[in-house]
Amino acid sequence: MKKMKRTVKTNLTAWALLAPSLVFLLTFTVFPIFRSLYLGFTRYELGMMKPEFIGLKNYVDLFGSAIFWKVIGNTVAFSLMTVIPSMVLGLALATLVNRKRKGIGFLRTSFFYPVVMPMIAIASIWMFIYMADSGMLDQFLIKLGLQPMNVLSYKESVKPAMAFMYVWKEAGYLMIFFLSGLQNISGELYEAARIDGATGWTAFKKITLPLLGPTLLFVSTIALTNSIKLVDHIVIMTEGAPNNASTMLLFYIYQQGFAWFDQAKASALTVIMLVIMLAIAMLQFVKSDRKIHYN
Amino acid sequence: MRNKLIALVLILGIVTMATIGAAGGQEAKTSEKMELTFFYPVMVGGPLTKLIDQLSLDYQAINPNVTVKPVYTGNYDDTVVKIQTAIQGKNPPDFFINLATQRFSMASTGVAIPLDDFIAADGAEGKAYIEDFLPGFMEDSFVDGKIYSIPFQRSTMVMFYNKDAFKEVGLDPNKPPTTWAELVDYATKLTKRDAAGNVERYGVGLALNSGSAQWGFTGFALQNSVGGKNLMSEDGKKAYFDTPENVEALQFWLDLQNRYKVMQPGIVQWTDLPTQFLGGKVAMIYHTTGNLTNISKNATFEFGTAFLPGNKQLGAPTGGGNFYISAGISPERQKAAWEFIKFATSPERLAQWNIDTGYVAPRESSFDTQLMKDYWARMPQAKVAFEQIPYAKPELTTYEASRMWRILNDNIQSAVTGEATAAQAMRNAQAQADEVLKKYQ
Repeated sequence: MKKMKRTVKTNLTAWALLAPSLVFLLTFTVFPIFRSLYLGFTRYELGMMKPEFIGLKNYVDLFGSAIFWKVIGNTVAFSLMTVIPSMVLGLALATLVNRKRKGIGFLRTSFFYPVVMPMIAIASIWMFIYMADSGMLDQFLIKLGLQPMNVLSYKESVKPAMAFMYVWKEAGYLMIFFLSGLQNISGELYEAARIDGATGWTAFKKITLPLLGPTLLFVSTIALTNSIKLVDHIVIMTEGAPNNASTMLLFYIYQQGFAWFDQAKASALTVIMLVIMLAIAMLQFVKSDRKIHYN
Repeated sequence: MRNKLIALVLILGIVTMATIGAAGGQEAKTSEKMELTFFYPVMVGGPLTKLIDQLSLDYQAINPNVTVKPVYTGNYDDTVVKIQTAIQGKNPPDFFINLATQRFSMASTGVAIPLDDFIAADGAEGKAYIEDFLPGFMEDSFVDGKIYSIPFQRSTMVMFYNKDAFKEVGLDPNKPPTTWAELVDYATKLTKRDAAGNVERYGVGLALNSGSAQWGFTGFALQNSVGGKNLMSEDGKKAYFDTPENVEALQFWLDLQNRYKVMQPGIVQWTDLPTQFLGGKVAMIYHTTGNLTNISKNATFEFGTAFLPGNKQLGAPTGGGNFYISAGISPERQKAAWEFIKFATSPERLAQWNIDTGYVAPRESSFDTQLMKDYWARMPQAKVAFEQIPYAKPELTTYEASRMWRILNDNIQSAVTGEATAAQAMRNAQAQADEVLKKYQ
């Protein structure tokens, strides 16, 4: 009896201490998810006091719209263009700075520095680099005797241009995870390998990569979801131009909800995005779990 | 001790929730002293917030019973979102500024009320008040014959040109181009290439990014259409994109880029265009009158302003924001909001607003004020905007205007980047527009 009272008391304390974060989690995460789920099945436009249930119409409309598929295509293309390059670059940078030498701190800081800058600032700076004719890139091309490209203007170049900027920003962030992964690998392994005559590339392939498995999994999930969640730079740089060649999923949601005031469509799109994100996370954890060496 | 701790945490939790709850509730107000909430966006540079605050203070000095509380709500789109949120929370702003082009949505969704009763109640004075607004601006206040908004921060597009560049190539700096043919001729002369054939200066510049292309295009469509017909029907339920005249207008843009090669190919950003003009990279640009202050401050050369060159007739788009009064508030509050709007749109106030911001005062009598006369004496380039108003018409305005803007922008861009011909682009735009508007037919 006394023991039970004590358990209740302990539980109560735990609940009381958890309450503040629980309230916030429920209000700002759980509730919006369910509300989006619900609103996705309704019509809810500007000035309407109450949403009106319309079943699957929003989804039917979206799946039948050419722009929706273009947006999905853009998002996939952008992910393909950014995830692998930023991971390779991040790993290369991490390998480069994973040593104790004078000045390495400075190098690490400068690789990391694009990460601390907000995306808005980065996008504004890169606008000047990509600016038609008078921007840095076009001026450089002109100096080389080539034609200016005006990269943000054309559907062929706008995604690669944005991807390049994003890889530059993201690589330093991923570097940090790789760096901590690398530092967890015992030096003795490399020493043993060296005695056996394996150095450089072989050591990297046979020791570093397999032991980085968990890090790689984590980083690829982060990189992929990050590339899908991106929106700020589109608002600053192109607003989806030309002809939606740079409209990504999140920007499309923003447009539907906050430029066209169609909260229901925006909610349906949010649900689609949520499903995609969950699928990615699950696929990666389930599929790659077997192949990974945890030290 | 532990009990006390638990109690403390619980109390804190309850207090937090109670505060959150209370913030959503409505305050009860007595009719004697009234506080009006006023949502406004800021779209141009400069100390606009300060000017708006001053406006409400000045009003309060004359009307001690009414306090006007201005709330800055971001850009035009943000403002609509915030109004919507406020309405759903049953706490709408009493009045607000938003795009003239949003009036169909504001009316059909019951967000704003028609103002005809207030105007009628003011009798002859009310009639004179409305008649004093320039038709080019007043035209886009109507929904189904009723007045839903009062013009306030309005703008129009003019041509800025580099007089030094004109002199350099032997053109008369006081005779800017007046027709499309002259535009091509002048722009060809003004385009300068280096030995390798790279363009050092383009003749003419237009911003074709999303959100700008549709504005510029309205001007060209008006200049080319039969009898100056606009891109949409007056009731906002139909778009006329797919006409031979509009295809011609779009083709003219493509020709400036690809055939005459006097305009930068691809898409130039709205915000980059003045920078390029100031940097001498383009000799004539189509831009808003709102940029006059920026250009006159930063130009290292002599510049002029001019009417947009016409084709079948002159034409220019107007744009900008109007005052609206909310539905869902008491009639006394609506009346008080109406009084404030009249105060804010008095000729002197509008003249001052014009001078401070670069927006064009929408009332005829503002231009008779001494303020404006002094301003024109200081800045003769400002006069063109006013003189062009008789030829100006509202930009693309329909139900779901922002969606329609996007459609026009996307398809213009598809032509500019070579994905579609001018005819295909306008046909696609028409099909997409019809799809959006069919539920309003």
